[in-house]
Order: sequence, then C-alpha cells, then structure tokens
Amino acid sequence: MPAPESASKIPVTVLTGYLGAGKTTLLNRILSEPHGKKFAVIVNEFGEIGIDNDLVVNADEEVFEMNNGCICCTVRGDLVRIIDGLMRRRGKFDAIIVETTGLADPAPVAQTFFMDEAVGSKTKLDAVVTVADAKWLTDRLKDAPEAKNQIAFADVILINKTDLVAPDELRELEARIRALNPYARLHRTERANIDINEVLGRNAFDLDRILEIEPSFLDGAEHHHDHDHDHDHQEHDHHHHHHGNGLKHYHDEEMQSVSLKTDRPLNPDKFFPWIQDLVAKDGPNILRCKGILAFKDDPERFVFQGVHMILDGDHQRPWRTHENRDSRIVFIGRNLPEDRIREGFESCIA
Amino acid sequence: MSDTQSHLPSLADRVRRVDVDATIVGMHFLGGTPVFVLGEEALLYAGDRRIGIHAGAILSSASDGTRIVTGGDDGKLFEIDADGHRELASDDKQRWIDQVALGPEGAVAWSVAKTVHVLARKGEERRFDAPSTIAGLCFAPKGFRLAIAHYNGATLWFPNAAGAQPERLEWKGSHLGVTISPDGKFLITCMQEPMLHGWRLADSKHMRMSGYSARVRSLSWTADGEHLATSGSEQLILWPFDGKDGPMGRQPKILARAESRVTVVNCHPRHPVVAVGYADGAVKLVRIDDDALILVRESDGSPVSALGWDAAGQMLAFGTESGGGGMLAL
Repeated sequence: MPAPESASKIPVTVLTGYLGAGKTTLLNRILSEPHGKKFAVIVNEFGEIGIDNDLVVNADEEVFEMNNGCICCTVRGDLVRIIDGLMRRRGKFDAIIVETTGLADPAPVAQTFFMDEAVGSKTKLDAVVTVADAKWLTDRLKDAPEAKNQIAFADVILINKTDLVAPDELRELEARIRALNPYARLHRTERANIDINEVLGRNAFDLDRILEIEPSFLDGAEHHHDHDHDHDHQEHDHHHHHHGNGLKHYHDEEMQSVSLKTDRPLNPDKFFPWIQDLVAKDGPNILRCKGILAFKDDPERFVFQGVHMILDGDHQRPWRTHENRDSRIVFIGRNLPEDRIREGFESCIA
Repeated sequence: MSDTQSHLPSLADRVRRVDVDATIVGMHFLGGTPVFVLGEEALLYAGDRRIGIHAGAILSSASDGTRIVTGGDDGKLFEIDADGHRELASDDKQRWIDQVALGPEGAVAWSVAKTVHVLARKGEERRFDAPSTIAGLCFAPKGFRLAIAHYNGATLWFPNAAGAQPERLEWKGSHLGVTISPDGKFLITCMQEPMLHGWRLADSKHMRMSGYSARVRSLSWTADGEHLATSGSEQLILWPFDGKDGPMGRQPKILARAESRVTVVNCHPRHPVVAVGYADGAVKLVRIDDDALILVRESDGSPVSALGWDAAGQMLAFGTESGGGGMLAL
C-alpha cells in the first residue's frame, strides 16, 4: 500500500540576503555537506555562481497579486508552478531550498505556502534564512529597503564575512539587527560556515513549535546547541534581555517590533475581531506576527502566526498546571502604531 | 460521504488494477489503448508496457486520440503515436516545457516560460511572447486560434494571421488554466483564487464563477457542450452554457456531494455522464440528469490525479498521486 499522502510534507527553506552577502556560498555549503539528504534547489535566473546539485530549477520571481483587493496578498507565481512540477518527482529529494535574488521580498514567498492550497498541502515552509554581509549590511540598511525587509522577516540570520570586520563593528551591527528583529536566531559566520542543522529543519512556521516568544540572543560567537528537542524550555532564559549582554540598544525609525503581554485572560469574541481588523488595516506594514494566547475559560493555549494579512492559528495543547497563563503577541513591521496596537490588545482582556 | 459510499452500486470489482511506483499525471487513449502518463520519464501502455520518454518529470500532456504530446522538465517536447515516439522540439537552455496543447489539423502548441510556440503540420514554427509565464493553453474548436492563460488575463492568438494583434482579455489576478466552449463562444480560465473567470467572446462580457473550496484544476465539457464540469469543491459543479448568456445570472448544477474534494473531472464523450475523482481516492460515475452515482474506485487516501475516456466512451481509465491506476471496460 502506498503511504498516505499527508504523511510527510516536504520542508522548504528560503535563503535571502542582499547581493553579495553569501547566499550561494551557504547554499553550496548545505549541498556539499555529507548529510545524505537530497535537495531540489530553486534559484533565480541570474545567479553567477554555479550550483552543484542534480535538481536545480531556475525561477523568474514572478510576484502575483491575489484578486481579492488586498495589495499585500501576493504569491510567487513561479513557485506555484515549479513546486507543482517538482512534486511529480517526489522521492527524488527530501527538501527544497529556494534562493531568492538579493532584491527579493521574502513575504510573497512565504505567503505562497499559505495562499496556495496545492503548494501548502504538499510542502511546508520551514524557515526564512537571511545571510547578511558583516561589512556592508549597515550601509544597506540605510539605502536598501529590501535589505531591511530581509532582516526583519528572517527566522535565522547569518552575519557572514565576520573576518572582515573588527569585533566592535560586529557588535554594533548585531545591535542594529536586533533593533529590527529581536526574535531571529543570529549566527556569526565566515564563508557561510555553519552547522546546517542551524539552517534546516527549523520548523519556524509550524504552529506546534510556537512555544515561547522571547527575544533570541547571541550568546557567544556562534549558536551551537538546541539540545532540548522538546523545546519546553527555551535555551535563552535571559530575563534582562534588551539590556543584557552589553548590547547597545538601537531603535530603527522605520522598522520595529512591538511585543505585548498580559497575565489576564483574553476574550476571544473581542480578540479575533480586533486582530482581523488590525491586519486588514495595517497588514501591509506588518511583516510577521506570532502569538500565544490564553482565553477565558479555555483550558487550551491558542497559538497563531501571520504574514502581512494572512493569519494562521489553532489550539495547540492544554495549559500545564504550573504554567503561567500569559498571553503574548509580537509584531515586526514598519511604522507600527504601537500605542493603538497596545490599546487594542488591552481592550481584548476579558 | 464515506458511509454511503459502500451502499452505492459499484463496478469496483470489474476494474483492472494498475499499480505503478510513480504519480500518474495524465490519462489518454491511443486508439483503444489506455496510456498512463507518469510523473517521471515514462508512459505506461495498457497498464503494463512502460516506454521511457523524458529524462525527468513530465509536466504536461495532451492527446487528440491518435497521438499524445508531452512536455518535460528536460526541456523536450515529444510526440507519441501508434508508430512510436519522436522529439518535436527541444529548448536550447533546457528550460521546462510547461504547457502543451493539440489543435485542429495536427497543430501542436507548447510553452516555455513566457513564450508559446505553435507548429502546424504544414507550415513553419511560430512564436508569441505573453506578458508573463504561460499557465494554460488550448486551441479553439474552430479556426486556428490559441488561447493563452497568464497573469492578469488571457490572450487569443491567431498564429497564421501575420501582423494581426492578439486579442487580450483582461481580468486582474493569476490565470492558471484555460478552456474554450465547444461552440467557441466562451473562454473560461481557472484562477489562483478558488474561482473561474469567463468572457463571452462576442462582446468580452465578464462572468465570475465562484464558491469553490480550492483552486479549480480540472475542467471538462459535457458531450453536448451544455455544461462545464469542474473540480475544486466537495461536489461536482457543472456550470450551464446552454444559452447565449452562459452561466451569467444562473446557478450551477451541484451533484455527487462528498466529504472529500473533487480533484479531477472528465465527461463521457457521448452521454451525460461525468467521471469524478476525489482527493480521498474515490472515483465515481455521475449521471447528470438525476445525480445517480456508481462507484468505480474505493477511497484509499491518495488523491485521484488523472481520468480519461476512450473516444467511444467504452473504457474509463484513471490514476492517483501514489500510482494507483485502473481500467474499467463498460
């Protein structure tokens, strides 16, 4: 008997990063590691460096608006087509890696997995991995909105080419990245040298893995652990986060994160209309959001995530006896109306 | 409804089973022989003779009953008939041949990214560049016209009318498949959203056909041309095209309700009967007049991905994503 179709969705990792940051170096490193895995690789048409892999597909990055009146509901039309084609060769690869152009916006890539039923039923978005050039990212954050988007959107960020900058420059850059995205896992690399387990198999878009929402911190030169595979205790237990680690605190005028928390239960009849209205109005500016929620008289925790206007949520598991029933939400976005968001959230308290 | 499925009259035990280790992506007939198009490399004749064609995935296929054309991710276009198979075209950069179509008088069309090529049996190859990647192709039933689905609409191209401007039909959004009604009056596209869009060609009047639970990926015209059968819902949806206004202001017929979504439809070539494949693996025959159902294949969890009738309508063949095929002589 054939295995049920739903048994295994193919994970898809998205590699972004500004021109010259080292995406292709990372890609070739992933492909050449002796992991025994086979990948299908989707690259942009204009890549200069060769990719050493059997299954390489050229994409043309066609971003299509959905016909639903929402300008931020975009999908990558080429991915819809290519993934459909690749799935005919199921069994020839274990995972898909999508390398975007340096100027690409990661959102349409991510949204494709939520908006297209055929893509979403056969594959799952694993994580958005952004490669940043340690020497040039600070400049690009000033002059290239794409670079800022890629950092803000990322689940994993590699600060690459660290050998080309002084330690204090590196700390400065990390603080700038943290100002845009306090939640991504940050790694320092030279020549994109990293344990591929830090890049693949992250389950960053898996609702079941949204367990804690705490800022992630660089504790040491590179991340290496993740031994607690049940993830019930996040490894970053720093309570004085923003001011710990001697990190400078930066504020980006345009891109910020807003984090909300309450220990009082929420009223779902108030919360859902509020969040839907919020993403309907501010969706174009909200890059990502995530939340863990405690509703009144609900024994289960509710988790959700979103990309622009698309929200995806579900009950996850019963609250544990000694667990604090806190509700937390984070938003990363552009010019977020923090006061209005905060007020709206507080009005959802039961 | 799975509990009622067992009470349906069933022809399942008369099906000759075909099991292959590949996704079945297309179903055609050459003469009376059923030909299963596999997701990779090969065609399977009558369920037992495997002929390797492509060096990779088979992305699209079409047939007119005497020949089959296939496009692959190896950048090649093949023609297969009773005499064997031969390469018709090859992309010099080995780009994917995404779409293929067969037309009147032996014409074949295929697309690579934004470019469509047409080769008439007599005549030279012609090409046309669409505004974006081509996601659907079909020839009009009469005349030498090709419909092309793309982003923000469809284009009707007359390959032999040198200098004539292709006719652009505009509608915002991504159009992922196209068909023209057998009377040549309506052009219908499947959209990225779970809906169809249509144009009456005489005056480009728009029609929207919505209410689906998923993207519509399979379309088939009934033998009399009066209905368009569609997948994409937990029932068979048939849009009426019997009047001059087509489905404008009218409700579709809704038949063969199930808990599982319809993935493929194919109308009987002579009678008002539709073969319907579901996401749970069931295949049913549906009589349009009274919604009478006959079970052809029990559900097994693997989505039905291909269905085909022979020209006389005496044999139905089908296949699933996990290679569960079958042939039923009626």
